Formats: sequence, C-alpha cells, structure tokens
Amino acid sequence: MTTASLITLTPELELKLGNAVERMPAFPRSVQQILDLTRRIDCLPKQLVGVIEKDPVMTVKILRVINSAYYGLPSRITSVGHAVVFLGLNTIKNLALGFAAVGILPRMNAAGFDVQRYLLHSLVVAGTARQLATQLNDGTLEPGDCYIAGLLHDFGKIVFAEFLAGEFLATLAYAKANHVPLNVAEQAVIGVDHGMVGAMLAVRWQFPEHLVTCIRDHHDPAAAPSLMMSCLRLADQIVRYHEIGDSGNPWHAGEEPVLPDALREAGVHDVESAARSVGSFEKIISDAELFAHIGSER
Amino acid sequence: MKVSFWGVRGSIPVPGPRTVRYGGNTTCIEVRSDDGTLFILDAGTGIFPLAQKLLAALPVRANIFITHTHWDHIHGLPFFTPLYIPGNEVRIHGAYDIVNGRGIEQVLDVQLQYSYFPIREAEMRAGIEYQTLKVGVGVAVGDAVVTPLLLNHPTINFGYRIECNGKSVFFTGDHEPWRNIYEPEDEGWAEFQHLIEMQQNQLDAALAGIDVLIADSSYTAAEYPSKIGWGHGTLEGNIAWARRLGVKKLVCTHHEPTRSDDDLERVFAAALESCGYTPGAPGEPEIMLSSEGMELVL
Repeated sequence: MTTASLITLTPELELKLGNAVERMPAFPRSVQQILDLTRRIDCLPKQLVGVIEKDPVMTVKILRVINSAYYGLPSRITSVGHAVVFLGLNTIKNLALGFAAVGILPRMNAAGFDVQRYLLHSLVVAGTARQLATQLNDGTLEPGDCYIAGLLHDFGKIVFAEFLAGEFLATLAYAKANHVPLNVAEQAVIGVDHGMVGAMLAVRWQFPEHLVTCIRDHHDPAAAPSLMMSCLRLADQIVRYHEIGDSGNPWHAGEEPVLPDALREAGVHDVESAARSVGSFEKIISDAELFAHIGSER
Repeated sequence: MKVSFWGVRGSIPVPGPRTVRYGGNTTCIEVRSDDGTLFILDAGTGIFPLAQKLLAALPVRANIFITHTHWDHIHGLPFFTPLYIPGNEVRIHGAYDIVNGRGIEQVLDVQLQYSYFPIREAEMRAGIEYQTLKVGVGVAVGDAVVTPLLLNHPTINFGYRIECNGKSVFFTGDHEPWRNIYEPEDEGWAEFQHLIEMQQNQLDAALAGIDVLIADSSYTAAEYPSKIGWGHGTLEGNIAWARRLGVKKLVCTHHEPTRSDDDLERVFAAALESCGYTPGAPGEPEIMLSSEGMELVL
C-alpha cells in the first residue's frame, strides 16, 4: 500500500464506485439459473446456494446486507452458506431474485474486459485456495474464508472495467506494452490498484478485517503474509500459470513463481507440483468452466 | 409474570365445532410482567378477544412484539381496537425485513392499504410507535427485558425471551430447527453441519435458564418429511429440545389447522409416548398443549 494510492482514491471516487456496485448486475449464468431454479417448487436448496456462491456480485450483495447494521450481528458472516443458516433459505432466495432482477452483466464492456473469463479465473482461484486450505488443515484457517478471498480478490478489476472503463482499457494496454503486472499498470494509469479498490469496497460492505487485508495486499510483497493470503497467492499463481480464465494479468514469460514461505514449509515445491497436489484441481476447473461458459452467448 | 394464550392455531383461523376445546384463533400470547406491564406476542386473530378485554381498563399501554409478518401472526392487528382510542399507547416491535429494506413500521402500512382495509393509519388515534429490533439486543420495558433471537423460518422470525425478576419465558414464533441442505456425501456437508450446530448452540446458550418454552409444534415427526422447509417444528423435536435446555415447562403451540381437538390430543399423546415421557419423573419438564384461555403463572 502506498501513500499515493490513498491520495488518489478520493472520497468522491470511493462514493461513486461504492454506489455503482450496489446497482451492478450479476453474471449471466447465475441470473439465468436463479430464475430457472426459483420457478421449480422442487428446487433443492443446495442447488440455489451452489449458484449464488459462484457469483461474485450476488455473493458480495448478500454478505453486504447481512453484515450491515440492521441485525447488529456480533460477528461477521463470510459465506453464503452461513448467510443461509442465519437468514433462512427463502430469504436468501428472495434476495437473489431481487439481484437477478437488476439485469445481466454484459460479457464485454467498454474496457474490452471479458467478464466470463474473469469469472472463470476467480472461481478456479477460489476453489483452489479452498482446497489448499483444506489440505493445510491448520486449525486457524477457514477453507470457506479462502474460497471467498479467491472469489473476490480481483473484484476491483470488474469494478474498474464497469465503472472506469476508459482508464481500465488504457491500463490493460499499458501492462501489455510495458510488460508489467496489471497491478503496477493500474498504479501507473489509474493511481490505485484493484486490491485497494476491492478492499475499499470490502470495508464498505463491513467484511471482516482479515478478508479486507487479504484483498488489499494480495499483490503487495511487503505485506505480512497470513496463511489465508498464502493460499490465495499460490492459488492465483497456479491458475495464471495454467492459463485458466483471464483476469487481465496473464503469466509472463520469465515470471518467477513466488511460493509463500508457509506453503514451502508445508512441502510445496513449485507451482506445478502445487497444482497436482490440489486433489480435485481438474474438477474445480471443469465445474467452473461449466458455470462460467454456459449461457455466455446471451 | 403471567402468560395467557389468546390464539394458538397455526396458519389460518379455524373456528368451529372441531376446535372448540383448544381454539381456532391464530397466534396471540399476552404476557404480564410482575408490575403489570403488558406484552403481546404476535397479533394473530387471537388479539381481537384480548382487545375486548383490554377496553375495560383505559388507557391501554401495549407493547406488541411481532415474531414475523406472515399473515397468521399479524391478521388481527387492524382489529386491535385500542389503536383507535386517543390516549392509548401502542408500541410495535419487530425485525428489519432485509428483502424489501424496511423496518417493522411496514406491518400496518402494508395491511392498511386502500384495497384491503377501509381505515388509514393516520386515522388511528392512539399513539403508535415502532421499534425495529436487533438480534440479541434486549429491550427493557417496565420491570422486564425482552430479547429477540433469530430463528429459522421462510422469513425473518424473532423468538422472544422475556425475563422478569429472575423468571423467564421464551416464545419461538414459527421455527423449524436448522437442517443440513447437503447430503453427507456432498462436499459442503461438513462445513454446513458445523454452521448449523454453531447456530443451535448459540440459541441454546441464549436460552439458558428459561422456565417456560413455548414452541411451534405444528407437526409430528412422522409428518415432518413432507413439510421440510416450511418453517415449523415437531412435537417430538421440541420435547427433545425442552429436555436438553432443562426447562420446567414446555408449551406446544401453533397447532396444525386441519387437526380437530381429538386429533390434536391423539398426536400429542402419541408423541409423549414415543419420547418415553413420564409426567412428574425427576428432571422431566411439564409438557402441555396450548389452548385459548390457558394461563400460566411464573
């Protein structure tokens, strides 16, 4: 985190982006599936939850309302499953229907950023981070939190693409032309990176501190690496290395993997073997592809 | 503290010869604290006969606590005649509705729309106040404290714990114990199971030391499999719950509307037997069916 980034994100911009996200439509596949499922009286609750928790927009909107001051909860809710336990399935279903009614996120925006491929990236990072956390089996680490961190770590990019489209288009071009990581290009062009914007929104949504930190600092090598951040960073590298989806930041030729110490100590040697060690990596990919791609022609 | 039952039926009023012993009015429970402060739990059609009694001693100071806004729990509210008399004071408490973004003030607003009721709220002459409650935050009224706890129903439902001078009663409103939406072989089963156990443990902890448990006992255990997700409990489930909490008295209420008095007694006796219940055995709670006109003194 740099001082410059704090200065650049003016209160006006913060307010603009924050309010814009409230009205942001969800991803095409989930909107379509929510509408289909809620027409069926025999719809299984787990099917509905399975759709909602794969959509970053639906997820943030549900966590935002549940963590708002209305119920005065003593602790933060960090998963869609927990939201279901807390508010009941029918309430979550009706919230989701409300979000579905906002419309559908267009596949292509003015920034030329493909939201379906972004979703695929986010879903596979989320699933992989959860698997890594499960395998580490550290008593302090919630695999569900790692999933959410993975699903939302790049949320700032989709916000840029939707609401600062011109700047983000220039950012993508800058990164390509100068062979720099996207977050560096964001700093250069927009003045703030997607981690900072994602974290700003996460604070606004009253997400718990550890999740905010993880989103904010996932590209900051100087940040104190929590175990959750280590899982997220490794998952992000695995997914980029394997070119699954696209978050606007492809694996660069010559890019050196940076394995988090905690995971190196846990016996992970390199990105490739880490990917193999994630038991259901292929299934995570195929599930995410199924979700992110079907209906993408709409 | 004195608890009086004015409406004990679930879902819809069912007057007639089949229900004369237990009563056909929907949920309404009057609680008087030691200093006479009036609490009314829910405003089903049972609130109408209660209103008739209250008119004998004006002015009325009523503290209405709505568990949730499904019809059978608010049906009688526009017929709560003290609302029309100047000098009376009625304070209506309830939950924030997360789906439509409104507090409990919406309850009369919705009911008194032109097409559905001839009188506007502005024409009601009593002082009416609304208080939207937060989960777990007690409200002190007179010599009692009422604490709302979030239960499980197809809309936001508060159970209310009323505590007065060391005695306490808890009314569930409508509540179906949390259940896992996944099958044991599903990936999400263990995590969800952990969440629902945590939720149940938190509720049980918040109910520690209660004397009387008044619980939604709509169904029998045998009927339940075809009613999953409808948001109601079972006789057998509540007997187990009452034993676990160590309450002195369990009152089974929200009787299924198609049950005649004879049917109700038959299923109740069968449930007690299947649970191996021996009245008066050491450590066993006293277990009874609610009926209109029944009074308990704590």
